[in-house]
Amino acid sequence: MLCQICGKNPATVHFTEIHDNKMSELHVCERCAEEKGLHGDAPRQKFDIAEKVAEMINSAMTTDEERVGHVQCPRCGLLYSAFKETGRLGCAECYNAFQFQLRPLLRRIHGDTRHKGKAPARDGARVSIARQVQRLYDELQRAVAREEFERAAEVRDEIRRLEQQEREARAEETR
Amino acid sequence: MSDAGREFEALLSRPSPWLAGDGPSADLVVSTRIRLARNLASMPFTHRAREEQLQGVVASVATAAAATSAFHDAFLLRMNEIGPLDRQVLVERHLVSHELGDGARPRGILIGPQERLSLMVNEEDHLRLQAMGSGFQLAEAWAVADKADDELGQGLDFAFSEEIGYLTSCPTNTGTGLRASVLIHLPALVLLQEIHKVLKSVMQVGLNVRGLYGEHSDVMGNLFQVSNQTTLGQGERESIESLDRVTRQVMETETRARERLVRDARIQTEDKVWRAFGLLRYCRSVSAQEVINLCSAVRLGVSLGLSGLCPLRVINALLVLTQPAHLQRHYGGELTPAERNVYRAQLVRERLAAVEGK
Repeated sequence: MLCQICGKNPATVHFTEIHDNKMSELHVCERCAEEKGLHGDAPRQKFDIAEKVAEMINSAMTTDEERVGHVQCPRCGLLYSAFKETGRLGCAECYNAFQFQLRPLLRRIHGDTRHKGKAPARDGARVSIARQVQRLYDELQRAVAREEFERAAEVRDEIRRLEQQEREARAEETR
Repeated sequence: MSDAGREFEALLSRPSPWLAGDGPSADLVVSTRIRLARNLASMPFTHRAREEQLQGVVASVATAAAATSAFHDAFLLRMNEIGPLDRQVLVERHLVSHELGDGARPRGILIGPQERLSLMVNEEDHLRLQAMGSGFQLAEAWAVADKADDELGQGLDFAFSEEIGYLTSCPTNTGTGLRASVLIHLPALVLLQEIHKVLKSVMQVGLNVRGLYGEHSDVMGNLFQVSNQTTLGQGERESIESLDRVTRQVMETETRARERLVRDARIQTEDKVWRAFGLLRYCRSVSAQEVINLCSAVRLGVSLGLSGLCPLRVINALLVLTQPAHLQRHYGGELTPAERNVYRAQLVRERLAAVEGK
């Protein structure tokens, strides 16, 4: 993917903004991120970016904070406003109920919102296929951006093979 | 006495194995810890769960754990069935957190052989799996925790999302739920006033630095707990390798600093070590904080190879043995702070005398 500002360099810095429950994304290159003042000093850049993004999101959210505060988890009944006070979620379902509020928060804390670690032993096999596919899609995008079309075709075939494998695994389960 | 009661008494009669001072690079790294946070998908998180739900969590975790090889020989202590002093003993041994130590709700801890593995139930998360080891052994401790986690996952349905990983009560643990940490001793960097620079660079690469007793605790005895901070966007191995790499750099810096101390200030350094040893060996009243600080100087002396001090394991053991709850448990009754200081001094003198000339 190319930078959405200059349209020249590969986009390596990604922003997600949420406003009125609508998500918009911005993908820019290092240089444009820097020019727009989204970079800190080199060793801390990951965190500074995360903080700046969080500030952007928070400033967008304060206008309808009242409404966001009343979002409630349908399973345990926790209000988002209560979570903001204690910093503790009520149950696994809270992650779904508050997903639009949590995503920027997770990004601010960890600098990322995607799990790259292990999965429970029970559904480990399938999840690991899903994660491999995810990684390959990332690689496909990079290959296309670099105009390495042969590599891109190889990656695409690998994705197809894995997706087929996953479908078979699912069919096996429901049989 | 119940089996768990007997096991607990046996545990108290020996120092924590993670203080044995026999692991890799034990002169620099006291201990290594891997912690994994997990929750049951079907239950509200601990702080939102009702009493009977929490009892259900304890029961299902205990059942699932009994079926694993990791916890086959473990024993379960229920926090509401043991007294406040014993709960505090577990906190001092780093087996349970301050949060679990309050004992008011149905909570427990499963403790495996040699305290290598333990499992807190109904702490901030339903399960907090912990693998501890003496010295610097991140890969080994991870292997133990990873295997136990897989085994537990066979019998328990963990709250997990493919996108954001293990779902935890606090979003700071979401993802891998991993906290890998090393307890590292950096006296030379402190003496040479270079510690701030080193810690700053450690924090700049996204690692966390805390004191001996975890979150919000003060740094004592030049002991620092370094741990990973992020749990999303990084796999377990990646987090552990990054901590491993940074720890090795810090160890190297401390080693160079120790060499400089010996080269440029040998007499002053040895004097500091021996004065600390003398105080420990002959004191008649001493606070827990002072013991930790004096032990730091003696640890430095032992690792510099000064002969006539005492083995590392004896110094390490004192760090926990002289804490208030351990001290009173050892004494066999409650003591006022002033009485504790006197009894602590006596215990330290005895321990050092016992290994004198050996």
